[in-house]
Amino acid sequence: MLHLLLFLVFGFACVAGAVNLLVQRHPINSALSLVLVMGSLAGEYLLLGAEFLAAIQVIVYAGAIMVLFVFVIMLLNAGEEERTAGSRVALVLGLPGMFIGSVLVAWLLLDRSPTRAVAAGALKGDPQTIGWLLFHNYLLPFEVTSILVLIAIMGAVVLASQPRMDASTKKEG
Amino acid sequence: MVPLSFYLVLSGILFACGVTGFLIKRNIIAIFMSIELMLNGVNLSFVAFAAQWGALSGQVFVFFVMVVAAAEAAVGLAIIIAVFRTRETLNVDYVNLLKL
Repeated sequence: MLHLLLFLVFGFACVAGAVNLLVQRHPINSALSLVLVMGSLAGEYLLLGAEFLAAIQVIVYAGAIMVLFVFVIMLLNAGEEERTAGSRVALVLGLPGMFIGSVLVAWLLLDRSPTRAVAAGALKGDPQTIGWLLFHNYLLPFEVTSILVLIAIMGAVVLASQPRMDASTKKEG
Repeated sequence: MVPLSFYLVLSGILFACGVTGFLIKRNIIAIFMSIELMLNGVNLSFVAFAAQWGALSGQVFVFFVMVVAAAEAAVGLAIIIAVFRTRETLNVDYVNLLKL
């Protein structure tokens, strides 16, 4: 009973944050509601027993990535979003279409799927077990992601740095 | 005991919100945040299925998704900064030329 109650509280916070992300005009409000979504998702992970992932979700997602977003919003001085080129057809057809689609999917999942109930903390994902898997079964993907992160660092530095006025750009301009 | 389908419905709602935001938002940063929302929805279904089948590989894959999302956020925000530097706008409707 407590499990269901906690699931509903965290789930409601998730959905409220996601909807708030959509309706807010200012990017900083959207970013803060996304932090709410990620924090309550960490609670859902804890309910499922994924302790390591819950910690990583808070540290990496709600911490690092969202700080990066807020930093960029402040750096670029992003103001209120202006609504341009809105489509009336999308509003008339899209909203009912999305509603019907989500009701159908939810009905299929809730009524027709042969899934069982999940107990609280069903699958213990503590750091020791995850780390063992990561460095034994998934060693090659782990090393590949390290290369990916290295490339991402270099790409970010190259893209965000001030363009140099060297000979080739001068010739074009 | 919470049925697995509850988790899947929540994950579906988050993904649908992400898709909607991707389509209706005009601010390029808000569009990028919608992508993160979609990734989070998928992560939740990964963890839920891992608990259902008792396979920890699902949680390891969520870890990989988070790493890729972090790399994507770094590069994407750098691209946003570069776009803003050349176009002086964050509205995607005004970013309609490949070359200035």
